[in-house]
Amino acid sequence: MAERFDRDEVVVLLGTPNAESSRLYALTVKDGDPSWAGALAGTQLGLAVYHITEPDVKAAIPSEIYDEHVALMAMVLDVDDIAAAVRDVRNGHS
Amino acid sequence: MEMKGKKVIALGERDGIQGTALAECAKSAGAEVVLEMTHCFV
Repeated sequence: MAERFDRDEVVVLLGTPNAESSRLYALTVKDGDPSWAGALAGTQLGLAVYHITEPDVKAAIPSEIYDEHVALMAMVLDVDDIAAAVRDVRNGHS
Repeated sequence: MEMKGKKVIALGERDGIQGTALAECAKSAGAEVVLEMTHCFV
């Protein structure tokens, strides 16, 4: 799927529930499966990856849609830790 | 970040935010959703 499109136009949006799973997903779609257990082991897709609760992503979504689909769940997630984990992977500080 | 015109791969999780919710948000921001799924690890 990712290889069908120009990588610059593809964004991976995560809805993972914690920092650990967010880091794992983000690493997998950027640098390849870090556990070397799945089909993406050793496959560097280099995709841009964001979590839906990151402030920059939230700002791009109409507030009524975000509130309807995400806001309630975001209240019980550690959004700061999740954002830090995904940002670290994006910036290559994993 | 700008999502307008992007191709979005929405990877949701049952214990977090589901793929359908991610897709609705992405579409409302002007992106095209090319893959949407919700994983469950229970």
